[in-house]
Amino acid sequence: MAEFALPANSKIKTGTTHPAPAGATNLRAFKVYRWSPDSGDNPSVDTYQVDMGSCGPMVLDALIKIKNEMDPTLTFRRSCREGVCGSCAMNIDGTNTLACTKFIDEVKGDVKVYPLPHMPVVKDLVPDLNLVYAQLASIEPWLKSQTPPPDRERLQSPQERAKLDGLWECILCFCCTTSCPSYWWNGERYLGPAVLLQAYRWIADSRDEATGERLDALQDPFRLYRCHTIMNCTKTCPKSLNPAKAIAEIKKLMVARQ
Amino acid sequence: MSSADRPVSKRPLSPHLQVYRIQLTSLLSITHRATGIALTLGALYLVWWIVAIAAGPDAYATVSSFSGSIVGRLMLLGWTFSLFYHLANGIRHLVWDAGRGLDLKTTYMSGWLVVLSASALTVIAWIAAYALR
Repeated sequence: MAEFALPANSKIKTGTTHPAPAGATNLRAFKVYRWSPDSGDNPSVDTYQVDMGSCGPMVLDALIKIKNEMDPTLTFRRSCREGVCGSCAMNIDGTNTLACTKFIDEVKGDVKVYPLPHMPVVKDLVPDLNLVYAQLASIEPWLKSQTPPPDRERLQSPQERAKLDGLWECILCFCCTTSCPSYWWNGERYLGPAVLLQAYRWIADSRDEATGERLDALQDPFRLYRCHTIMNCTKTCPKSLNPAKAIAEIKKLMVARQ
Repeated sequence: MSSADRPVSKRPLSPHLQVYRIQLTSLLSITHRATGIALTLGALYLVWWIVAIAAGPDAYATVSSFSGSIVGRLMLLGWTFSLFYHLANGIRHLVWDAGRGLDLKTTYMSGWLVVLSASALTVIAWIAAYALR
């Protein structure tokens, strides 16, 4: 059953305010979710007055600036800072996206930064992704074939290869999965949009010979069919992919093979 | 290890409904569910009305006076909108189930079309109802 309110240990308190350095004129307030496993306290939202005069254009630039110059305890994941690794996925201004490709200018008012929604928090903006990774492993995201390996590559026609466009680009940031209310309420049994898009990526691959087996594994009231076409996934994807469409294609194949 | 002696995770749950921006996608979805529930209640009302017809003029007069009251009319208005919204959005879902119209632009267009047509059909139904009275 869906639990709409936050558990007692997760309710958010007002945190501390970190003022801007003296002399800064162009200020922007960043309200950032904080929680440390060492304190035993509830999470809080801290306010950082960031000097935009010496800050890069992206939300990630501001977070790095805060960590470097204002508060070294702020914890977040980041790596490539160009939208290909998916590490800095978080909830910014109410929607999930990558901090490295989100312009601060796109946000009106205070910049609110939270971890990916409805996930256990390891620290600050770092969510525990163990469950989604286990769900990804469960769909066996690799090429499966019974035929003996050929002496050369397994060839695809350009048309067959084109079926993978819009699927292979997924960077597994899980912005979509954690934007999905259905995943919030049934995440332990529903696989969620990111993992289902990956499942379809292998189903759609002309070289893969395990389509039936893959569909069998998804023939379940929860794993696939908790998708109610809410479309938050497609709306939020920072790579402009369409998980909802991939899920619809799986559902069509389920009907077609009956 | 049984679930009883597994250590309880003290990790907080990150906020979800509390912080996620309301947008057309999720709003129309939750409205679809809410109108479905409203229609179920509306079906009970319909049963009450039909039973009252069978039960005789006194019972029918009770239902009629309730339906004619301000509260009754507001509820009927809600049910009428629920019916047309659920119908229009249901058709939208059928198109989606065929794998069509799932790109973001079409989704937003069809979403607004559902809101518009459900509102228009509600207004038309009520104009017709008052005109035929």
